[in-house]
Amino acid sequence: MVESKNKYALLAVMFIALLLFPTLGLDFYNDMVSRIVILALFAVSLDLLVGYTGLISFGHAAWFGVGAYAFALLSTHYQVTDSFWITLPVALIAAAVLSFIVGLFVLRTKGIYFIMVTLAFAQVFYFLVHDVPAIGGSTDGLNLYARPTLEIGNWVLLDLENPLTMYYFILAALFFSVVLLWFFLRSPLGRAVQGIKINEHRMLSIGFPVFRYKLIVFVIASVFASLAGYLFAAQSYGVNPELLSWHKSADVLLMLIFGGMGQFVGGMVGAFAFILLKDVFMTYTDWWQLWLGITIVLFVLFLPGGLASLPSRLKALVGKA
Amino acid sequence: MDILLGSLLIQALNAIQYGLLLFLIASGLTLIFGVMGVINIAHGSFYMMGAYFAFTITGLTGNFFVAVLLGAILSVIIGALLEWALFKHLYKRDHLEQVLLSYGLILIFEELRSIFVGDEVHSIDVPAWLNFSIPLGDIMSYPFYRLFMSGVCVLVAIGMYILINRTRIGSMIRAGATNSGMAEVLGVNISMVNRLVFSLGVGLAAFAGMINAPASAVAPGMGMEVLIVSFVVVVIGGIGSVWGALFAAMVIAFADTFGSVFFPSVAGMLTYIIMAMVLLWRPEGIFKR
Repeated sequence: MVESKNKYALLAVMFIALLLFPTLGLDFYNDMVSRIVILALFAVSLDLLVGYTGLISFGHAAWFGVGAYAFALLSTHYQVTDSFWITLPVALIAAAVLSFIVGLFVLRTKGIYFIMVTLAFAQVFYFLVHDVPAIGGSTDGLNLYARPTLEIGNWVLLDLENPLTMYYFILAALFFSVVLLWFFLRSPLGRAVQGIKINEHRMLSIGFPVFRYKLIVFVIASVFASLAGYLFAAQSYGVNPELLSWHKSADVLLMLIFGGMGQFVGGMVGAFAFILLKDVFMTYTDWWQLWLGITIVLFVLFLPGGLASLPSRLKALVGKA
Repeated sequence: MDILLGSLLIQALNAIQYGLLLFLIASGLTLIFGVMGVINIAHGSFYMMGAYFAFTITGLTGNFFVAVLLGAILSVIIGALLEWALFKHLYKRDHLEQVLLSYGLILIFEELRSIFVGDEVHSIDVPAWLNFSIPLGDIMSYPFYRLFMSGVCVLVAIGMYILINRTRIGSMIRAGATNSGMAEVLGVNISMVNRLVFSLGVGLAAFAGMINAPASAVAPGMGMEVLIVSFVVVVIGGIGSVWGALFAAMVIAFADTFGSVFFPSVAGMLTYIIMAMVLLWRPEGIFKR
C-alpha cells in the first residue's frame, strides 16, 4: 500500500511540476514539453491495453493517426470546420467506430498473434494515409493552417493559437484523461478487465463475457489515443503518415517499458525519459539510432520492470546487503 | 502463344518466385517462434543485412556467388552470436520484452547500415551468365534469373525438409518444438538446438535478401516491408508450421501479384483482407499444430 501511495504522490508531483513549468520562462521548451505531455497521454492509453488488460498491441499508432487525420481532413483538407466542438467528437467517434471493427478481428487472436495482427492492421491504416489522396494520402502529409477554435457563439472561450493557452489545454486533457481512466479502472468493468489480465480462463469460466469486455477496453484505449493524436495535430500544425508508422507504435511500447506498466505514472515517466533520451542522443552523437537501440537492448535485459520499479529494486538491493 | 495467356504465365511465374522468397523468410520466423517461443521483429533486418552483404562483398570480390557464400556464413555466425548474447536470455520472458529487444536491434542494424554503406539505393548486376531471357512464344520473354531464383529457393526448401524430417538434428528440432522440457530430459541439448535454429532462421532470411538483391533494389527500409508481409504469412499459416508458411506464402504471393494486375486499386489491401478472413475462420492459422 505504501508503494501505491508513493505512486500517487509521484503523479501529483509530476502534474504540479508541469503546471508550474511555463512560469520558469523557458518558452523555447514549452513546445517540447507539451509534445511530451501528448505522448504521455498516448502512452497512458496504451497502458490500458498492455498494462491492465494484458493485450500487447503493436498497432496503437493507428488510433493516434486517426485522431490527427480527422482534424487535418476536416479543418484543412476539406475545410469543413475548425471548430473544436465538431472536430474533436468526429475524431473520437471515428476512432471508436474503426477500433470496434478492427477489434472484432484482432481480439479473436491471442498472444503473439495479437501482436502481429495489430501491427498488420495498423499497417493498413498507414498505407491508406500514405497512398489514398482522398484521405490526405501523401508521404509529406498535410500542413494545417490553424488550431481548433474553441468558441461559444461569437465568444472565444479559449484562444488556442496562444502557445501558453494551448500548453495548459493539453495538460488539462491529460489530467482529465487520467482521472477518467482512474475511475474506469475502479468500476466493476475495470476490475473485470484487470482480472482478464491475470487469468482469462478463470474469468471466462466464472461467466464474464471476456470478448465483449476486451472489445470495450480496446475501443476506450483507441479513443484516448485518438484524443492524443488530435491534440498532436492541433499543436504541431501538421500531420504525416509517420504518425501511424510501426515505429510510432514501437516507441509508445518503449515508453511503457521505460516507465513501467500498469500504473499511469509509468506512461508519463516513460514518455519523458524516452524523449529526453532521444534528444540527448540526437544532440551529442551522429548515430542516435545506434545508441538508442543499444540502450533499449540493455534496458530490456537488465531492467524489465521499468524506471518505476527502480526504487523497489534499489530497496531490495540495499535490503540484501 | 496468345498474349493474354502469355502474360498470365509471366504473372504466375512471378507469383511463384515471390512466394518462394516469402517462404524462405517466413519459415525462419516461424521456426524461431515454434521452437524457441521467441517473436523476433528484427527478422526483416536480417533480410536487409543479407542484401547489403551481397552488395558489399560483390563490390569487393566482383563475384556474386562468392558474396552469397560468404554472406551466408557471416549471417549464420551473426545469428549464433545474437542468440548467445541476447535472445537466450529472453526465452522465458514476456513477448513484449522480446518485441522491444528486437526493436532495439532494428535500430542498431539500420544505423550500422547507414554508417557502413550509406542511405542510397543500390543495385547489383545479375551475373553475366545468368543474364538472359527465355522466349515465351513470339513476342514475350522471361528473365532467366527469376527462374534461377525459384529453383534455388526450391533447393533450399528441399534441403530444409530433409534437415528437419530426415536427420538426427531435425528430430531434435522437432522434439524441441513439441515439448522442449521433455526433450531436454530425454537428453537433447536444447540450448544447442536453440542456437542452431536461430542461426538457421537468420541464415534463411539473409539468404533470401542476397538472392533477391539482383532482381530488385538494395535499399533502406527493405527489411520492414518483408517483415510485415512475413508476419501475415506466419499468421495465416499458423505459427510453427513450416508447411503452413509455404501454403500461406503462395496464397499471399498469388493474391498480391494477380491483385495488382486485375484490381490495382485494392491490391495493397488484399493481403490484409485475406488475413482478416482467415482469422475470422481460424484465429490460430490454417495449419495450426
